[in-house]
Amino acid sequence: MSAATLTAPEAGSSTVSEVRNWKTPVMLAVLAVAALLVFAIGAPSNNVTFRLTAESDPIVLPAIVVSAPVTGWICAVVLLAAAAWSFLRVRAGRPVPGWLLAVFAVFFVAGFLTWVVGSARTPNLALYGLLAGSVTLAVPLIFGSLSGVLCERSGVINIAIEGQLLFGAFAAAIAGSLSGSAFVGLLAAVIAGVMVSAVLAVFSIKYIVNQVIVGVVLNVLVSGLTGFLFSTVMSADSATWNSPPRLAPISIPVLSDIPVIGPILFEQSIVGYLMYIAVAVIYVGLYHTKWGLRTRAVGEHPKAADTVGVKVNRTRFTNVLLAGAVAGLGGAFFTLVLVSSFGRDMTAGQGYIALAALIFGRWNPLGAFFAALLFGFATNLQSVLSFLGTPVPNQFLAMLPYVVTIFAVAGLVGKSRAPASNGIPYIKG
Amino acid sequence: MKLELQGITKRFGSLVANDHIDLVVEPGQVHSLLGENGAGKSTLMNVLYGLYEPTEGRILVNGEPVSFNGPGDAMAAGIGMVHQHFMLVPVFTVAENVALGNEATKAGGMLNLNQTRAKIKQISDQYGFDVDPDAVIEDLPVGVQQRVEIIKALVRDAEVLILDEPTAVLTPKETDELLAIIAQLKSDGKSIVFISHKLREVKQVSDIITVIRRGKVVGDADPMASTTELASMMVGRAVSLTLDKAPAQPGEATFRIEDLTVHAPNGQRVVDGLSLEIRRGEILAVAGVQGNGQTELTEAILGLQDHTAGSITLEGQELLGRSVKDIIRAGVGFVPEDRSVEGLVGPFSVAENLILNRYDQPPFAKGLAMKPSLIEQNAQEKIGEFDVRTQSAHAAAGTLSGGNQQKVVMARELSRPLKLFIASQPTRGVDVGSIEFLHKRIVAERDGGTPVMIVSTELDEVLELADRIAVLYRGRLMGIVPGKTSRDALGLMMAGMPAEEALGHEEQLGTDRESGEQ
Repeated sequence: MSAATLTAPEAGSSTVSEVRNWKTPVMLAVLAVAALLVFAIGAPSNNVTFRLTAESDPIVLPAIVVSAPVTGWICAVVLLAAAAWSFLRVRAGRPVPGWLLAVFAVFFVAGFLTWVVGSARTPNLALYGLLAGSVTLAVPLIFGSLSGVLCERSGVINIAIEGQLLFGAFAAAIAGSLSGSAFVGLLAAVIAGVMVSAVLAVFSIKYIVNQVIVGVVLNVLVSGLTGFLFSTVMSADSATWNSPPRLAPISIPVLSDIPVIGPILFEQSIVGYLMYIAVAVIYVGLYHTKWGLRTRAVGEHPKAADTVGVKVNRTRFTNVLLAGAVAGLGGAFFTLVLVSSFGRDMTAGQGYIALAALIFGRWNPLGAFFAALLFGFATNLQSVLSFLGTPVPNQFLAMLPYVVTIFAVAGLVGKSRAPASNGIPYIKG
Repeated sequence: MKLELQGITKRFGSLVANDHIDLVVEPGQVHSLLGENGAGKSTLMNVLYGLYEPTEGRILVNGEPVSFNGPGDAMAAGIGMVHQHFMLVPVFTVAENVALGNEATKAGGMLNLNQTRAKIKQISDQYGFDVDPDAVIEDLPVGVQQRVEIIKALVRDAEVLILDEPTAVLTPKETDELLAIIAQLKSDGKSIVFISHKLREVKQVSDIITVIRRGKVVGDADPMASTTELASMMVGRAVSLTLDKAPAQPGEATFRIEDLTVHAPNGQRVVDGLSLEIRRGEILAVAGVQGNGQTELTEAILGLQDHTAGSITLEGQELLGRSVKDIIRAGVGFVPEDRSVEGLVGPFSVAENLILNRYDQPPFAKGLAMKPSLIEQNAQEKIGEFDVRTQSAHAAAGTLSGGNQQKVVMARELSRPLKLFIASQPTRGVDVGSIEFLHKRIVAERDGGTPVMIVSTELDEVLELADRIAVLYRGRLMGIVPGKTSRDALGLMMAGMPAEEALGHEEQLGTDRESGEQ
């Protein structure tokens, strides 16, 4: 019996890549040279102080004082060496290892901070404040990304994160103001997120409308609707309609006393703690439960799931609704934690940054969490720096989070692999 | 378990895919469904598996009528199916794929993959599958993926196992292993429904054969019946399974490939230092298991590959580094392996598809204008000449059957004087009647003095057409052997044994193989 059509895609024989990809070394080299010119040669001559703890903390650590030129030169040399080594690696046909990129990023950020703080009017930076603010600003981004994870892992593209956040913020403000209870506001935000999701689900799953278009249209719709109600109802009587109670930060005893990380991680509002829970629950759920297995299967190969009796579209529908609930919580953060009133378009594109965090985090809840933290860091750095009075024009600083986003999504850390059936509607038969 | 289908009819609009089909599958039997592509075999099995609802008729399990609302119901009734295109999630592990839809759970919906692993281990040991539950599907060879599909069915206690074209993607060795597994399942009392259009395998494995043609049962056949008999039952008329082909009269070698190397975008060497030449008036067949560099080789000749080194010359002219348009103008005719994606523009009419390679040249174009009347006239001629069955020259090419689509592609490529003709998988998914016709046209092109390169993964086709056979393995040439080389030697070469060694090995094995075959 030797007749046959034949197939067996086997792994190739050569392991050493002969098609060289110079993208990474070139980019590292450009950044390293920029570091040399700016952080080392252009370094201010003074010392820079980084404070690790606030004076009010139970355990006070001494501040770190470094010389700007020395630090600048050390960073520049390390960066140049890393770039040179990546050139050698690529020339030898080997990939640039991930840890090298991480080392590069750490030294670049250290060099940048030293230079920028050293050149400021007050060369003194509260590092704990910078990091704590980063986590706070990352909270809505993390909720947004998790919403994306839930949707896209099941195969529905979620561009409507922005709309879900905004509608959540709006509903939390109104319900919170009317009831006087922040928890009612929180619940309303969840419902509002689910409402936006329901529209997305019906159009993209049932009526098979292009998912990207539905998402974009939903964002515009929510923006217009909330903007209209804000300028008519809310602005007319903001005491009744737009003064929700605030969710105050809660310190967790003992944990919040840990130096440096305690105040950063364990002095959050309820919404912040819900964020930790959501990351953990969605991560465990996605990879270790029946629901997660089915969700991932439906997003990768819906037909395979269908042939073993998994209801594809029902699974997708549930996930999209769940995603709305999660994003709604993120929206509540704006009006119940960050500021206690709703403003027109107050989410300001955070939903799109969350989408970028989702891709940067490779559709993994933990990845999305860390990516969102990075974007939160960039955003907070920009506001802290403008406060310190640095020589860099404010407009350039305002671009920082978006520049980081572009670099991240442009594939700085290798290829990101989306769920195979993301965005493809499932039609039986 | 006894499975009966009574008067199953399935209509899609006006099309009748299954027309009152009756079938009885007895326990412990291998029951083959033989029919051409598009005869309605897969539709019937999808009805049986609950993926389609039958328009009429009923299904009985052990004499009791059942109705399936989805694959879940069919599985609960003890029916398992191994689809032609595997229904496995490529990024999941074996255990995750087996568990999906039938998950063992602990408290709180947490997956209990250990239980699934144990079951896989048990079945794997029982049938000698040698499957690692923690391997990721996309890293596994196709043959092992197929075993995972069988495990999926067995874990769900399937009593009837439907195998849809199971050998279409296997190497000769993997096919042998699969047939051994089928025998073992049969001896365990499972029933097997074996769907295929390959006569040799069907004869070898079946207890009973049911032949289906155009949605209807033509009749049952004995596995001892001759292949010619089975083929004519399947096609509905006498077919000659062997091609009348005069010996080649090769002229000078006008097409040369020297030391060609092609890299995939990820840096892997997909064609590795390949050299060959084709003479005028001969057919060189490139054989090999799919994915061993054939696609990249043909694409490199046509100028579709980026990272190439070496030299490809046609009548002394270098082709490498020139644009696709230049290469086509130089007289290369090319039939790509996937006609629906690369060979045709589906929504365009047959007439338009017939001039895709000459749309901007006279007589079909003059300046910026096209000449619809000439395009129409050309279409009528080609439709007649190649016997394309279409409602009109204006019908969208995508609506034609596979065989007729392939005739359109072939008609287009052969309708101008060529200096080299390349056809990749020229008869994949084409009905037996059309295969005969397409093969004749290829031989006619050879007899006209064109060097011809055929790429095929079907050994039958390679042996039928080739004057010489080049075997590729992982992008390397294992050797070029004469057209009448034995299947066994070719099988060894396809698995990576160089030609001299394979031919030597073959002679030793030859005698015991012969006696074992019957």
